[in-house]
Amino acid sequence: MFGYYLDLAVRSLKRNKMLTALMVIAIAVGIGASMTTLTVMHLLSGDPLPGKSAHLFYPQVDTNPTNEGSHAEPPDMMDYRSAVDLWSAQRADRQTLIVDSSIKVRVPGGKLPALMETMLSSTSDFFPMFNVPFQYGSAWTSEDDARHARVAVILADLNDKLFAGQDSVGRTLRLKESDVRVVGVLKPWRPLPQFYDVVGGRFSDGDTAGFYTKPEGVFMPFTSGLEINDGNFQQFNCWHPPERPGHLEGASCNWIGLWVDLDSAAKVADYRRFLAGYAEQQKALGRFTHADNTRLRNLMQWLDYNGVVPRDVRLQTWLAFAFLGICLFNTIGLLLAKFLRRSGEIGVRRALGASRAAVFAQCLVEAGVIGLLGGIGGWLLTLAGLSLVRRQPAVYADMAHLDASMFIVTFALAIASSLLAGLLPALRACRVAPGLQLKAL
Amino acid sequence: MDILPILSTLRRHKITAWLLILEIALTCAIVCNAVFLISQRLERMRIPSGVAEHELVQIQLANIGNRPDAAARAETDLAALRQIPGVQQAALTNQLPLSSGGSWNSGVKLEPQQQLDTANVVQYMGQNLLPTLGTRLIAGREFRPDEFVDYADAVAALQSGNMKGLPQTLVITQALAERLWPGRSALGRPLYFGQGIPFRVIGVIANLARPNMLEKGAEYSTVWPIRLNLTQGASYLIRCAPQDREQILKAALAKLKQLDPRRVVLEKRTWDEARYEFFQSDRAMASILVGVCVALLIVTALGATRSNILHYFQTENFLLATVGIGLGMVLSFGINLFLMTHYELPRLPAIYFPVGALLLWLIGQLAVLGPALRAAAVPPVVATRSV
Repeated sequence: MFGYYLDLAVRSLKRNKMLTALMVIAIAVGIGASMTTLTVMHLLSGDPLPGKSAHLFYPQVDTNPTNEGSHAEPPDMMDYRSAVDLWSAQRADRQTLIVDSSIKVRVPGGKLPALMETMLSSTSDFFPMFNVPFQYGSAWTSEDDARHARVAVILADLNDKLFAGQDSVGRTLRLKESDVRVVGVLKPWRPLPQFYDVVGGRFSDGDTAGFYTKPEGVFMPFTSGLEINDGNFQQFNCWHPPERPGHLEGASCNWIGLWVDLDSAAKVADYRRFLAGYAEQQKALGRFTHADNTRLRNLMQWLDYNGVVPRDVRLQTWLAFAFLGICLFNTIGLLLAKFLRRSGEIGVRRALGASRAAVFAQCLVEAGVIGLLGGIGGWLLTLAGLSLVRRQPAVYADMAHLDASMFIVTFALAIASSLLAGLLPALRACRVAPGLQLKAL
Repeated sequence: MDILPILSTLRRHKITAWLLILEIALTCAIVCNAVFLISQRLERMRIPSGVAEHELVQIQLANIGNRPDAAARAETDLAALRQIPGVQQAALTNQLPLSSGGSWNSGVKLEPQQQLDTANVVQYMGQNLLPTLGTRLIAGREFRPDEFVDYADAVAALQSGNMKGLPQTLVITQALAERLWPGRSALGRPLYFGQGIPFRVIGVIANLARPNMLEKGAEYSTVWPIRLNLTQGASYLIRCAPQDREQILKAALAKLKQLDPRRVVLEKRTWDEARYEFFQSDRAMASILVGVCVALLIVTALGATRSNILHYFQTENFLLATVGIGLGMVLSFGINLFLMTHYELPRLPAIYFPVGALLLWLIGQLAVLGPALRAAAVPPVVATRSV
């Protein structure tokens, strides 16, 4: 039966090519616009560590003892002492400190000019916690952390630039004025967003594209990173200006992030208590004043709190779907006109014994065929739309590609929306009174 | 024209009529709001910077680290830059108006004991900064050379609580003066920063935009008599004739490299480039919105044309459009309310409603003009044959 309806649908669509083309174009344009924005949305709002993100938490304490500024939320980062205290307690399964800084990088004796790279000073747990993939070598050890080892892990991009992509484990890099040994090279790694560095989203006024930049080029043990790049650290905020800008270890500034790995609800509850206890203790010591202002958000909650998806991208998605809605209204009208014009033909079919359900099914098959054609057009337009997105200045632009799942969604959405558009016209068509129509023939 | 037969036609084709009405309503709502969004973006892009826009170039070098000779090096660099033929002014500044990246901001208070800040302002610093930027002084005076304090000394003074070591004076923008003391002169008035540290306003400049976070008050800027060096991540700013910019940028880079070949250049650009880059996402968004509006209007016009299948013409279309537009206005208002809460957008100005209505009426009428003329040309004999 389906084959027969399909044949009927194709014949009917061929009969009025103009009308068919209008409907297909309307669906294609609507699908093209909404799938382009949906693909970008899917890219930016995804989970950067599926299966793992629920176990990763970002503790916050209110380090600012003054009454300056708002204390509705604790600051997004911590001062040196709080961060190191919480890290050294080792109360989570794994924990890592993180802080970014810019550093001059070159290969001693090499011909290449020095590069400015961002360096992440972190601890050995960083790599297993965030499933960071290695191409050569491995991460540094916790002993390296403790003895301030001059070792580094570099990103594939930087390895390509400095060592032409070869296995550079054991080679020497000059970071500012210090020589460090490369112990590991990462595979190309591009978490979206670059979640572990996300801070300050609430101050960005929706302009959050910066959260999608590439990871740092150089990773070093926290202790040694702080030593070799002393004077080049930037604060998130300060409640007293630092004595010497860039030297923040003793300063009244928040500048270090802490991530912890807690794999069960019981551990999370324990850690929450530990965090509250720490804040209370610091209050007793006179270092904190807002001790009850602590938070422990998991990775996805932290991303939500920071509103990582840029406001413009969300707006574009709304707009595209409203556009699809209007295209569908248009298609409903066209289908209605088309089906009712064939009232005579439908009347004959009904008189010859076709049930209402059969007429209804036939009309929907016709709508579905239009959806399929519109889907093909929409897919091509989505590809074109994404190539336009890739030419935008945004940092994530190069990642905008249609993956398999979004390819399937394109056709599913096209057919679903055309069936939806066909529903009302099909209902009207199957209620055509055969007697009246036959009389009119 | 008799309206009753038309109404009866509309009743007969209820669904088609409603479809068209809904389509027009949705289009009306979206186009009104999209045009409003476009105008917001365009307005943002027109913000006056207050500086000599086409006469500035910026060079930012990597921080050389805390060295005892940092201030002396900065002086040497500036002296060398000033010697390049064509350079009118040179300065070191912590930031530039309308440029992405970080910015130096602080809360400001009108009373020393005040709990909450009155406004959030941006802090520009650097010796010789105002003449280099080319701001326009409208009241008071600019800084005297003896008012400048080294950044490091100022911070040390703040740490030790020695208020004498801090700068005492400030230059602020007209917009900020108007925000703090509406209708009154700002000159000589005190402003409090941090924990009640006072500064006196000695000058008011016409305009000076913030580097970013424009939503906090695009022109709430303060200028401080503080001398910087490269340790604070400052960049060199050079003023010259517009046609000399490229050439002077090259000469300045060569000069700085010659003074110290080991430096890493982080940024080298004209201020125009910085501004262009700063508004890139606004430009992209505005053009996407324009595209969507055009596409929507075309689709709606097609929708209106299709009603020729059921012989709706000028008057019918006008009626349908009117109902659609009425609904659309309500919907636009709703969408605007949504945008106001989620996107911090202002209220849709009332003028959008009549203009939007007029536009859609016009499009509806144009869309059915062709079919109506064709139908009018059908001879009565042909028209009645199929009845």
